[in-house]
Amino acid sequence: MSEMGLWQQFWYYMTHNGSYVLEQFSRHFLIAIYGVLLAAVVGIPLGILIARYKKLSATTIGIANVIQTIPSLAMLSILMLALGLGVNTVIVTVFLYSILPIVKNTYTGMNNVNRAVIDTAQGMGMTRMQQLFLVELPLSVSVIMAGVRNALVVAIGNVAIGAFVGAGGLGDIIIRGTNATDGGAIILAGALPTALMAIIADLLLGWAERKLQPHGM
Amino acid sequence: MEEPILAFKDVKKVYHGGTVGVEDVNLTINKGEFVCMIGTSGSGKTTLMRMVNRMHDATSGEILFNGKNIKKIDPVALRRQIGYVIQNIGLMPHMTIYDNITLVPRLLKWSDEKKRAQAKKLCQEVELPEEFLTRYPSQLSGGQQQRVGVIRALAANQDLILMDEPFGALDPITRESLQDLVSDLQKRLNKTIIFVTHDIDEALRLATQVVILDNGHIVQHGAPEEILQHPANDFVRNFLGEERLSQARAELSTVDQIMLTDPVTITMERSIPEAIKLMRQRRVDTLLVVDGHGFFKGYVDIDTITSHYKRATSVSDLLSTDMPTLQKDTLVRKTVRKMLNRDFKYLPVVDDKQKLLGIVTRTTMVDVVYDTIWGEGTADETAADQEGETTAPAAVHEGK
Ligand SMILES: Nc1ncnc2c1ncn2[C@@H]1O[C@H](COP(=O)(O)OP(=O)(O)OP(=O)(O)O)[C@@H](O)[C@H]1O
Ligand SMILES: [Mg+2]
Repeated sequence: MSEMGLWQQFWYYMTHNGSYVLEQFSRHFLIAIYGVLLAAVVGIPLGILIARYKKLSATTIGIANVIQTIPSLAMLSILMLALGLGVNTVIVTVFLYSILPIVKNTYTGMNNVNRAVIDTAQGMGMTRMQQLFLVELPLSVSVIMAGVRNALVVAIGNVAIGAFVGAGGLGDIIIRGTNATDGGAIILAGALPTALMAIIADLLLGWAERKLQPHGM
Repeated sequence: MEEPILAFKDVKKVYHGGTVGVEDVNLTINKGEFVCMIGTSGSGKTTLMRMVNRMHDATSGEILFNGKNIKKIDPVALRRQIGYVIQNIGLMPHMTIYDNITLVPRLLKWSDEKKRAQAKKLCQEVELPEEFLTRYPSQLSGGQQQRVGVIRALAANQDLILMDEPFGALDPITRESLQDLVSDLQKRLNKTIIFVTHDIDEALRLATQVVILDNGHIVQHGAPEEILQHPANDFVRNFLGEERLSQARAELSTVDQIMLTDPVTITMERSIPEAIKLMRQRRVDTLLVVDGHGFFKGYVDIDTITSHYKRATSVSDLLSTDMPTLQKDTLVRKTVRKMLNRDFKYLPVVDDKQKLLGIVTRTTMVDVVYDTIWGEGTADETAADQEGETTAPAAVHEGK
């Protein structure tokens, strides 16, 4: 193999291990998605909550900020002590890193909705839920989506590191490459799809963000 | 009498931290009134208004809406019955004009046909082109947006509409056209409006009832004329301003307040020579003719006497009756027209039984107009002027 150039080697590896790469690709993607979705399920309501009850906002965002400052390798190691090796540790890591951008953006989005608009919504007789679903969420959904997008891109990177705790994913291929002599091509086979996934996720969610921006804004 | 649409009873609002929003508010608002709440910033106008649809709840006292304590009505249901317009328009930026207008009907689950018909009707009402219905608020000018804001508040046939400085942010011309619109809609559709404003001219222009607030208290409440004529205290006087007050004094004073009370009169049965003698004595060219009890009958003037005295024996033979009379409580403002349009130098003032009380002369009108324009006449001065004139009534009659 060594007499081939790096790109030829890469190509060779991809054609012979295509299904394996694809498998790790989708595994990688799913781990990231699960973590981010979980964070969205928790973070969006939490953001809405702290936008309504402002007293909670400083503490909540403070905690999320602290979590964010922990280096991902350290986080993985700490969580591994609690949750053991495997995919769950990575999902929880992704979840924790996604909380901040999602909560913060939801909070900002909700706060940026014009006070006068909310005041009239209430004054015209909308219930709290109607205010939320007919006014506040539609007007802040694109900001919230930006948070999710941010979280997902970061998550894809973090999942690559997650291979160290045996969660699999494209990081697994990268680790194989680092362990093999002359494994440059294998490293590429893991790294390039990771980068590609991050770029595509970013583009797709950017597009969704624009689509979700309500008309008339 | 019909039940008042809204009544405040000893209403008080204290905010968290102890700021008193309003206090001791007792106010009754009848159906069809256009109530303007006015006062300096922080006087509690918004507080008072927002308690009506329970955006704020009163700390004590009660508010009755159609006789029912609003505390007993679910806030959401209450608000859907009360129109709401605020200064910053508050159109939903992500909804089309159609969706904005039919927002409350939608909350009330009207059928689509009914909503569509209502939107079209309202557009016609305010001359808003129907193609606007598919646009978004950002595609409309500020004035057009607030026009939509106004009809949105009517869309579910609300009888009571709350407006908090709705036109504060508009330029004067747009503001005026929207004032006309609201005033017109209010009368035509017999709505009750509570309108908060900073602008005293706006209040005087629109209101049937003005409520003046200071420091959380109602300092005066009444029709605009009433307030202008009898400001309750110095605060109200300052608030209205000397210019408006003197203008009002001129415009809203009634003719019996400015009339001369000593007209030269003669009774019907007197002879013509007696009449001429009286004219010469008092140096006038016209005599007002009254009967024995002082009731006004007409006048006799020197022209008629000169041409017809041979055929006449008594004043009654030469009596002219084409002189219009002024009722004593007619506004001076209206008299100005009447006098300037006709060729009379003065007009008799009578009570409702035609008893002659005095006259208003063109010279008196000049004083009134002078006061209106320069606003220098105080009540005392005007009185002094009148006395000065009544001692010499001849001067004012001369030369008809
Ligand atoms: N939500 C609130 N919390 C605490 N105090 C308030 C609140 N809203 C109003 N106040 C206070 O209550 C008083 C009356 O305020 P309000 O808003 O009713 O005045 P306003 O007459 O509408 O003034 P403006 O003309 O400036 O709108 C003020 O002293 C104000 O600071
Ligand atoms: Mg206010």
